[in-house]
Amino acid sequence: MVEFPDINPAIAELWLALAAMALLLVGVLRGDSATRSVLWLGVLTLAVAAWLVWSNTDVSAVTFSGMYVADHFGAFAKVLILVGSALTMILSMDFLEKERVGRPEFPVLVIFASLGMMVMVAANDLLSLYVGLELQSLSLYVLATFQRDSEKSTESGLKYFVLGALASGILLYGATLVYGFTGTTSFTGIAGALASSEEQSVGILFGLAFVTAGLAFKVAAVPFHMWTPDVYEGAPTPVTAFFSLAPKVAALALFMRVMLGPFGGISDDWVGIIGLLSATSMVLGAFAAIGQRNIKRLMAYSSIGHVGYALMGLAASSPGGVRGTLVYLAIYVAMNLGAWGVILSMRRLDGGMVENVEDLAGMARSRPLLAAAMAIFLFSLAGVPPLAGFFGKFYVFFAAIDAELYLLAVIGVLATVVGSYYYLRIVQVMYFDEPAPSFVAPAGTTGAVVAVAAVFTLFFFLFPAPFVAEANLAALALFP
Amino acid sequence: MLIQYIAFYVFAAVVVASAFMVIAARNPVHSVLFLILAFFNSAGLFVLAGAEFLAMTLVIVYVGGVAVLFLFVVMMLDINFVRLRQGFMQYLPVGAMLGAVLLVELLLVVGAMTIKPDIEALAAPMPPVERQSNTHALGELLYTRYMYPFQVAGMVLLAAMIGAIVLTFRVRTGVCKQNISAQVARRRADAVEMKKVVPRAGVSGGL
Repeated sequence: MVEFPDINPAIAELWLALAAMALLLVGVLRGDSATRSVLWLGVLTLAVAAWLVWSNTDVSAVTFSGMYVADHFGAFAKVLILVGSALTMILSMDFLEKERVGRPEFPVLVIFASLGMMVMVAANDLLSLYVGLELQSLSLYVLATFQRDSEKSTESGLKYFVLGALASGILLYGATLVYGFTGTTSFTGIAGALASSEEQSVGILFGLAFVTAGLAFKVAAVPFHMWTPDVYEGAPTPVTAFFSLAPKVAALALFMRVMLGPFGGISDDWVGIIGLLSATSMVLGAFAAIGQRNIKRLMAYSSIGHVGYALMGLAASSPGGVRGTLVYLAIYVAMNLGAWGVILSMRRLDGGMVENVEDLAGMARSRPLLAAAMAIFLFSLAGVPPLAGFFGKFYVFFAAIDAELYLLAVIGVLATVVGSYYYLRIVQVMYFDEPAPSFVAPAGTTGAVVAVAAVFTLFFFLFPAPFVAEANLAALALFP
Repeated sequence: MLIQYIAFYVFAAVVVASAFMVIAARNPVHSVLFLILAFFNSAGLFVLAGAEFLAMTLVIVYVGGVAVLFLFVVMMLDINFVRLRQGFMQYLPVGAMLGAVLLVELLLVVGAMTIKPDIEALAAPMPPVERQSNTHALGELLYTRYMYPFQVAGMVLLAAMIGAIVLTFRVRTGVCKQNISAQVARRRADAVEMKKVVPRAGVSGGL
């Protein structure tokens, strides 16, 4: 007889799965009127899951026949994912109500996506990697199409679905090659097989390249970024905010785990690939955003650039680099969350949402607090000290220089300078342009999230130590 | 032994013939029906090879799901197949050339292929078929070693189902639906009104 696997390390995932099904039942039985309560219950569910993960950070275990791993790295990423998902859910409440697209399935799908992300970052096998990725992606495809009466939203969902399925296919192709040449799908087994053979066969490298391409699509790194601007622009705004937060964290954490876990032994073969992805993402993110007038498209290019910086830490392939990426991701989630909160508050007095940069004109006079918060987020996104964004960049640049990736660091600094231009242009529009019609006062929920994010971004420099120490512990878990 | 040979050749011949008919039939519905026939006979071939699990999944997944879906699509969408085929003769030479290139490549691959001597041992089922049928063996693995991805795959299907419902289900207004409980609960007093009809005056009382 086979023993029943130890389910204790995966308690947060189990809770999330069961609670999501219960919420689905509540939603089905109570109908659309229950949307708001299901949303709040969903936030509560995610918070409980985050607490479950947080109280078990010391657990380091492999279970489910070696397919699931719980360690400090996974815990750090999971908490980030869950907090990001919960806060975007709070952000979305007002939008869903005012645009009349709220349905109880929305929070359920967000929880399913979060569950998929948790499975991704806890993957210790190509199989669990794939099913987690698919659970996340499928939920995201549906969320992108959630405003189904809008042509743009359906277009974005369809584009995302077709291209995402293609990327999954490429990833699977790589996974089969890796399986074929190492004889195992387990990360530990692959690392062992690579360590025992002296010369790597070309097949492994092919597999590695395909897996990298598939993952690069999921994090939207150049040259696999084409889908991002269209999908970000078309999807309902709270869904776009969700896309740019938790799934990015999950995909980058998975990227780090795959590259440093099974393929950690052959890092010479992939550092160049990751370095190239990172450099091109930073450069394209900086230059392509300049000409954008739609703020959602602009944020899409901005997120491509930020993925480039985060990948720089992975290219360093050192504990310092992983620590840098994790700190970067945490700060990125905070400042991006705030920026999206402000974008979600761009509602004219006649009730319509606007999403162009010019619409922000003169906001400093009509909504001074909101404009000040947006300015904080934009300065932070640009990386101006002493705001949080500067520290994120500081740690990854530091790691890159430590790993003697001087060229990459120089490209990064130059891209930051170029990128500052379009962030600061928005600040200029808000503060110095002739005022456009005023916005309605932001909803209480949105305002609260924006305030929290602004305080975090503004005062991060006072308390970075415990944060960085936590990220350091998480990074060390990847380097046994 | 002889019966097995006969069965094999019958199944194989029907598979090839029906596969040919899939592309040759004029009516697309007939094509799909031939496809289903081909699936059934391939399942028979799998049974002969001792892979009864594959045979079952072929019937369930391909016949039960995919082919029926095809049938729906073919019957629901009004595709003009005659017009689709119009350029057939025009593109035939190019198609034939591509086919020939593919054939040569396949022959080269098969000709140059060497089979690893110990592959027989690697490819043998574990545990041997005599001791345990492969459905049984797969089930044992699926619910023990692969329980985790199996369960997550279940969640993937649930998410897909919710997605399909969210994207297509809409409450329609202006549709008259039968309300059975209201019909059954209707009493005679609600439905029939007794009127005293004065002769030559009608129901309205001769106004």
